[in-house]
Amino acid sequence: MKILYFAWLRGKTGVGEEDVDPPAQIADVRGLVEWLKTRSAGHADAFADLSLVRVAVNQDHVQPDHALNPGDEVAFFPPVTGG
Amino acid sequence: MIRVQAEDFDPGAELSRFRQTTTDVGAVATFLGLVRGDGGLIAMTLDHYPGMTERQLEAIEAEARRRWPLADALVIHRHGRLLPGDNIVFVATASTHRQAAFEACEFLMDWLKTKAPFWKFEEHAQGGAWVEAKSTDDAAAARWE
Repeated sequence: MKILYFAWLRGKTGVGEEDVDPPAQIADVRGLVEWLKTRSAGHADAFADLSLVRVAVNQDHVQPDHALNPGDEVAFFPPVTGG
Repeated sequence: MIRVQAEDFDPGAELSRFRQTTTDVGAVATFLGLVRGDGGLIAMTLDHYPGMTERQLEAIEAEARRRWPLADALVIHRHGRLLPGDNIVFVATASTHRQAAFEACEFLMDWLKTKAPFWKFEEHAQGGAWVEAKSTDDAAAARWE
């Protein structure tokens, strides 16, 4: 599974992109976040306040209960500020 | 049409080209967004999610075309490091009458600001910080729900 981080989430995790192989019992975005938090202190810090984090799966905005599949591209980022 | 690019664009040239590609049009509305240099801003860097950005902008344009009778629509959005006064975004809409052109132009900007994956990083003399999203932008986008 490919994970992407943007804006300050990239700064806190220290990576822009990583390939991960989460355990099979992780079924949705919420579960993935809890598992990613265990990867490093930076990851835990990035996901400390989930009200500040938005997520996209396969480049579409989704909610935390969105179900995941092994080949998904999952991106984490703050609320967008373009325009 | 959607364009996401690092390089600058010429709003006048874009408008001239845009108005020539369409016929049976009575109204063209445009919006040009610039880097505001207040508060001692040195530069603004726009981060984005290549692929998703284009995908989301195309979806927003399709939604505008579904809601209003548009002859054409154009969205240009820059990324990378920009300076005060630089162009950031250009939106143009063409329709038979002005109301559809105005409304669709405003809709495109409102939805773009809350759905397209861009993030602004501001540099000041005392350091840099990511811009926080505004609740007023969410409210502006929600008007169209």
